[in-house]
Amino acid sequence: MCLATLEVFWTVIEVMMDVCNWDGTVSAKDFRIGALSFAQKWESLNSAFPPWSWVPCPKHSWLASHEEEGYLSLENICISRPNEEDIDQNSQTDPGEEETSCSEKEDDIDDATLVQSNHHELHYCDFHVVYSYTFRVPVLYLRAYCSDGRPLLLDEIEKELPACSSKELPETKWAFITQEEHPYLKRPWYKLHPCGTSEFMKLLFLGGDTAQPKLEVVLELYLLSWFSAVGQVVGLTIPCKMLNDR
Amino acid sequence: MRKALQKRMEAQKYVWEGAIPLQIHLHESQVTTLPPPPPALILAPRIGYLPLLVPLIKPHFRSTLPPGVDTIWFEYRGLPLKWYIPTGVLFDLLCAEPERPWNITVHFRGYPGNVLIPCDGEDSVKWSFINSLKEAAYIINGNCKNVMNMSQSDQLELWHSVMNGRVPVRLYVWGLSEDFDDLEDISQVDSWEKISYVNRPVEIHKEGKCFTLHDAMKNLLPEFFSDESLSDSKLAGVDFEDVQKIPSEDVSSNKVVEDRGQNAYEHREACYISSSAEIKLIRIQGIEPKLEIPFSWLVNNLLNPDHFLHICVCVKVPQ
Repeated sequence: MCLATLEVFWTVIEVMMDVCNWDGTVSAKDFRIGALSFAQKWESLNSAFPPWSWVPCPKHSWLASHEEEGYLSLENICISRPNEEDIDQNSQTDPGEEETSCSEKEDDIDDATLVQSNHHELHYCDFHVVYSYTFRVPVLYLRAYCSDGRPLLLDEIEKELPACSSKELPETKWAFITQEEHPYLKRPWYKLHPCGTSEFMKLLFLGGDTAQPKLEVVLELYLLSWFSAVGQVVGLTIPCKMLNDR
Repeated sequence: MRKALQKRMEAQKYVWEGAIPLQIHLHESQVTTLPPPPPALILAPRIGYLPLLVPLIKPHFRSTLPPGVDTIWFEYRGLPLKWYIPTGVLFDLLCAEPERPWNITVHFRGYPGNVLIPCDGEDSVKWSFINSLKEAAYIINGNCKNVMNMSQSDQLELWHSVMNGRVPVRLYVWGLSEDFDDLEDISQVDSWEKISYVNRPVEIHKEGKCFTLHDAMKNLLPEFFSDESLSDSKLAGVDFEDVQKIPSEDVSSNKVVEDRGQNAYEHREACYISSSAEIKLIRIQGIEPKLEIPFSWLVNNLLNPDHFLHICVCVKVPQ
């Protein structure tokens, strides 16, 4: 696990209240609070990382719901891997390296994603974080496509995001990444199976102090921690400032 | 006790052997012979899935298909059918006035990949089913593991321990802006956008009073319920006592029950639950249960094999 993720763990452990009886899940309302806080914080940092945004979605398309549902969205992220000659420059798909020295390299990121070979077309990915009522945890949905809009198949996605592939994961491809209808957009997307999420979330938060932090801070931390684990699978990174500013 | 068990087995037989007569037409763009082939007549299990019928359908049309690779999909009056929704649920949802036989169209080309998740035949259906089963197991039991490795008696134990916890439910809500007295007058579903899909477990709280279908609907669709009481208005439907008398064995008996439900339509009273929107129709396994039915009865008898209760609801929405 990379350095910044460990930082998240320790930060969370310092701040969290006693959670021995917590099962690692959150309510829909808590997810929304944490997600809004997470998105606001990210945007306020004005980093070179493109911001996540909260997209509100009514429960029924023809009825305004009194409880606002929605999801976190990050779209048009270039996931094409750099060629051999670009290997020195950090790209957004490189999870490990930039986090240790992200403050200097942040400015280079935009340039890095533009420097691609013209020999292969670019692949992009949309990421949505949606709440699952079944598993009571956030779930990552993703959709990848070419610059002309053609959707990518799973094996093409696996080439760009090898941590997703069945070789890297102990479970089979079907158990971990499934193709499912997006709960709000009703189109085929890929979903990272949330079966074990609550267990690892509980592990992250075990052994906490009895300090009483603000609820938004706690829930934002929940999402951060979830992100630091799940994000690695698809190569998503978090600006260091999100983690350091405590 | 024995009689109760017998009644439960009868009801479950009804569910498991319930079938929908289908008349499947080949889409005209794929007809290459004159005269065009007659439609295939198939009795589809309610609890099954359309792609599993392909081994029966394909031979029927083989001689008339154009050459090339087949990518099979179904549609009803222009609406592509989602293959991972059980056949009975599709029928209950999309055929407001039940059509017998149900006329649907099969395509062997031109798979609408922007709307439908790809289907590679039986394997896709199997995996979708297993994922649903795991999801249901998680809702009931708190974890996904071991559900496939459990012994039969353990499985029975698992499923019947649902009463004090969460119940897996898939709710399909069809919103109509027009009012209607007769189901035949409803404009049909021409887009999945008109259907709200709610995949949310129902939490059963034991508070002494019996937890009814009404309580469950309030749980799932709180926006349709105000604080007014429901003493005078009820949805017409099959009575609880009648449901227990449902015969099993053969399809014709099932047809009798479905017809009985149909007659009830003439005497329907809309359920005025809130002033702005109302629930017009609730269907589970082709039955329209009354709101007072104990939810546990529905769970014990009307679950699909994936252990989800699939509920179709038609609502009138303000416009």
